[in-house]
Amino acid sequence: MSEARYAIGVDLGTTNCALSYVDLAAGEGASGQQQTMPIPQLTGPGMVQDRNLLPSFLYLPHADEMVPGDLVLPWGAQPDFIVGELARERGAQTPIRLVSSAKSWLCHAGVDRRGAILPQEAPEEVPHTSPLDTTVRYLEHLRDAWNHQHPDAPLGEQELTITIPASFDPAARELTAEAARTAGYERVTVLEEPQAALYSWIQSSEGAWRKQVQVGEIILVVDAGGGTTDLSLIAVIENDGNLELHRIAVGDHILLGGDNMDLALAHMVAGKLAAQGTPLDPWQVRALTHGCRAAKELLLVESDHEVIPIVVPSRSSRLIGGSIRTEVSRQEVTATLVEGFFPVVEAGARPLNRPRTGLMQLGLPYAQDAAITRHLAAFLTRQISATADLAGIGTPAANASFLHPTAVLFNGGVFKSALLANRIMDILNGWLKSEGAPPARRLEGADLDLAVARGAAYYGYVRHGGGVRIRGGTAQAYYVGVESALPAVPGMAPPVQALCVAPFGMEEGSAADLPPQEFGLVVGEPAHFRFFGSSVRRQDQVGTRLDHWAAGELQELGEIELALPAEGRTPGEIVPVKLRAAISEAGTLRLEAIPREGAERWQVEFDVRS
Amino acid sequence: MTERKLSLFARIPLAISAFWRIVFNGEFAQEVVRLRQGVSPERPEPTVKPAALLQETGPAAALQMLGLLQQDGRFIDFIEEDVAGFSDAEIGAAARVVHEGCRKVMREHFTLKPVRSELEGARVTLEAGFDAAALRLTGNVVGDPPFKGALTHKGWIAVETKLPKVAIGHNVAILAPAEVEL
Repeated sequence: MSEARYAIGVDLGTTNCALSYVDLAAGEGASGQQQTMPIPQLTGPGMVQDRNLLPSFLYLPHADEMVPGDLVLPWGAQPDFIVGELARERGAQTPIRLVSSAKSWLCHAGVDRRGAILPQEAPEEVPHTSPLDTTVRYLEHLRDAWNHQHPDAPLGEQELTITIPASFDPAARELTAEAARTAGYERVTVLEEPQAALYSWIQSSEGAWRKQVQVGEIILVVDAGGGTTDLSLIAVIENDGNLELHRIAVGDHILLGGDNMDLALAHMVAGKLAAQGTPLDPWQVRALTHGCRAAKELLLVESDHEVIPIVVPSRSSRLIGGSIRTEVSRQEVTATLVEGFFPVVEAGARPLNRPRTGLMQLGLPYAQDAAITRHLAAFLTRQISATADLAGIGTPAANASFLHPTAVLFNGGVFKSALLANRIMDILNGWLKSEGAPPARRLEGADLDLAVARGAAYYGYVRHGGGVRIRGGTAQAYYVGVESALPAVPGMAPPVQALCVAPFGMEEGSAADLPPQEFGLVVGEPAHFRFFGSSVRRQDQVGTRLDHWAAGELQELGEIELALPAEGRTPGEIVPVKLRAAISEAGTLRLEAIPREGAERWQVEFDVRS
Repeated sequence: MTERKLSLFARIPLAISAFWRIVFNGEFAQEVVRLRQGVSPERPEPTVKPAALLQETGPAAALQMLGLLQQDGRFIDFIEEDVAGFSDAEIGAAARVVHEGCRKVMREHFTLKPVRSELEGARVTLEAGFDAAALRLTGNVVGDPPFKGALTHKGWIAVETKLPKVAIGHNVAILAPAEVEL
């Protein structure tokens, strides 16, 4: 394989994808060599246009929906499905044929992510596809667009970085890497989105970032995209006289983003209209959502508009006679969005967990508490000792009840509304003030829509030795569940111990020690293990056994599976193995079973059919 | 058309060939007589017919733009509807849809710029050789440049046009398909 010419960053977002790249040969990655690839896509039947973003939507049309030849793409492909803008638009009118939020499904351990389960509520005759396969199709579209524009530098030969939420579990990370390999992305690395946003900020500062942050600072990255909100903490430390960035903590996976806010506003306005005797049908609600998004952006910047009219156009050709006019006021937007998603809470606030009802529809596990500020408070409190091991920072003051960030970087389309970013700053600074800490300041200058793709491309450049690298390794320690050797009590499941197999902070390309414990695996019978992650237990080493742990300290992830092939063995034979963890160069976790004798290795499967 | 003067060495063979042509070619001799009387020689009929200076612009791009304005801005619906029976408030509400959508389409496909950057109403001076296509003179149009006058409209120029690519065989005449909900 020839030497990579470009470092390419792919932002594989819940609602939009973007691709950005840096010419490695041109050097000087920090000086504006960066480009965003225009992505040709269908915007109407038989109509192709370039866009900076590829909406992450897949539409599976009926055979009679399109004229043959209407789905042709610039590179000559005529697939029987649509991705991008036309998919989103068609899907809004025919939701049963639309696959959306594939990324959220990809990290949903409760479903079979390789199974043809999407669109979720579609009738049987609609072709179905899997979250993994949908991801592959987006990546293939980006690959074809790239190869069409760069015939002399095929994408498979470039240095590729794909971004994922920092809160993705090992299974979702591995599935993303697998989708990339399937789509022909050979040299691929996965990078956490908040880190990518910070890389983009570093790059756009053109070297000035070293003056803008000091040793000992803690940067909070708040990344609120269309579908997810992602929190990360990055510390600035000094090593041999150089500034270094360490990602010290990541938050939980919060399935809550800008789309939820637009929907909330639309439902508020629709309710108002219904009360006035004008009920809306689903088509009109979608049109209203579109209008609400625009109104939100107008009312949530510091403007002098007090009221924004919203018109829901009629669906028929009678535009003037059939449209519905309403308006939304600043006060209503504030009440719905600012108070609903960013309420003023104490630093000790916690997200509310409503008990799940027994019969739950198998859908996406949306955040139960829409208040992003409560999630933020819980995150900072949980991570209070995240800096304990870092030279130059140490533990926070004794009276501190949460970790004190000194700077905040915002990312994601939600923060186009300056009011929302200011709101978070005010609340955070209120918490800091109550504990006598100086206020945090806001780091400016990143492009809210494209920063992740840009930062990812810049990261590829950094990996080629071009700039400062954010360190930190894995943001969780991982454990497998081991049944305690206790006498069985009828009617009670034996208590589970958690055995640490991968410590916190493992770097790419490194392997953990071999734990002393062995497991007896039965040949021919797949063994299932419970699997846990912890974002707070930084001290546990490989082999540490936990009998009990505090609530929230360990989180159960999807079950993992290990099957020994029967070749050369008698079914039923018991083979003693040890589990060893390693982080691949791509940044994904691998767990291998190593037998007491012999050089064989068996891969533990994270994504188990459920 | 300006041509360089012929040298003496070029003029001698020309005189000789002209002599023989005058002797043997009556028409040519007549032309020379006219030339000597100070009348310029008759121009041959122009070979290009005036009608061919005009061309048909293909309908495809126009239909495509109409389709886009309808798709995003409901432009055709708005123009085709009879506004007589509606109040200004009702028309205004629909106009918001049309304005927002058409503006989006226009900004996406054209990069527009004013022809003149001065404020409308400002005094401007047009030097000789200005582009008469980009600047229209109105009112008391007499005399020679430089012209002085007030800028009544700043003008618009499309500095970039980016139209969508269309699949071969795609029927652009369908500006908006009929919709049937099943």
